[in-house]
Amino acid sequence: MFAGDRVADLLHRLGITHVVTVPDSTLGQWEPAIQHAGIRLVRVCREGEAWAVAGGLYLGGASPIVLIQCTGLFESGDSLRNILHDWKLPIPSIIGYRSYLNQETLPGDTCLDFTEPILDAWRLDYRLVTRPDQFELLEAHLGQSMRAGRPGVVLLAEGKA
Amino acid sequence: MSPGGGLPLVGALRALRAARGEGDVVISAMGAAREWMALGTHPLDWVFVPSSMGQATALGLGLALAQPERRVIVLNGDGGMLMNLGSLVTIGSLAPANLVVLLLDNQVYEVTGAQPTPGAAAGRVGGDAVDFAALARASGIGSVFRFASLDEWVADLGRVFSAPGPTVAVLEVAPVPGARGPRSPGPAAERARSFIAALARRPAPSGPPP
Repeated sequence: MFAGDRVADLLHRLGITHVVTVPDSTLGQWEPAIQHAGIRLVRVCREGEAWAVAGGLYLGGASPIVLIQCTGLFESGDSLRNILHDWKLPIPSIIGYRSYLNQETLPGDTCLDFTEPILDAWRLDYRLVTRPDQFELLEAHLGQSMRAGRPGVVLLAEGKA
Repeated sequence: MSPGGGLPLVGALRALRAARGEGDVVISAMGAAREWMALGTHPLDWVFVPSSMGQATALGLGLALAQPERRVIVLNGDGGMLMNLGSLVTIGSLAPANLVVLLLDNQVYEVTGAQPTPGAAAGRVGGDAVDFAALARASGIGSVFRFASLDEWVADLGRVFSAPGPTVAVLEVAPVPGARGPRSPGPAAERARSFIAALARRPAPSGPPP
């Protein structure tokens, strides 16, 4: 939906120093642009790891963001709970919403049933971005969350190029 | 190794306290946190209680990346390590020279009643304990040590700290009989703020750790 260089430019302007990620087919396309923007890419093996690595980066004075798919959100609940709620570290994130725009590959994908209820259950302040003309929503929510010291989430609809 | 053998956890941690540099961060979790807190406090102790079990190495990796001139020491149990074996691969891939993982292998889930882990000899059909040192090497971590006695640990601790990182040292420690889980030393969010302030007040030594 959004070109990597546009996203990387935004992350750079927001002062993001590290992108902690397990890629999916949308988020992974941004990697070259993120690196080109001088932001360090930290590829982890599992999404629960991502929240904890980002927590350590934040404690150490860096400004990380987590980029994962919603399936990784499901996997990483306990780590997210610990970092965002126990320790109250305001780690922002962009979470890919699998199949939201297209279910041709995975008809009946249950990601559509569970993603938003789980974000609500984890009490995460998210904005759903479904159209290319909503880049400003993504930018505003990440920026406002970071300035307020809250862990804002952008839920990015996926399924079309 | 078998439960009940191995070097004493408290003795191993006392030796670590004596060798720790003033600017070093020590992250402790689960049983290690309980014993580490009992030995005293330090502004750069990150007592990872409450924790997400398995994430101590990941948190330590993040800190080590953010503070590359400061040694970051993670005290992790074998149960926690098994919950996040992939973090060894991540550490190997990023190779932070200032990260030291001390894997305190007592073969059991100590705070829940000392049940064997799936990595322990007693917990496996084949009776073959998982070799954490081999896993660390296979993950690309160049400096890997194993200690089965307190004397060896005390004698070689300096060598562990001076090895090119990232470093993993497996300590075959004895379980603490009847041990309970660690108690939180205070409100987590306040401790996070204090820790961040302590990092700012105590600059890292100039240059990477030796």
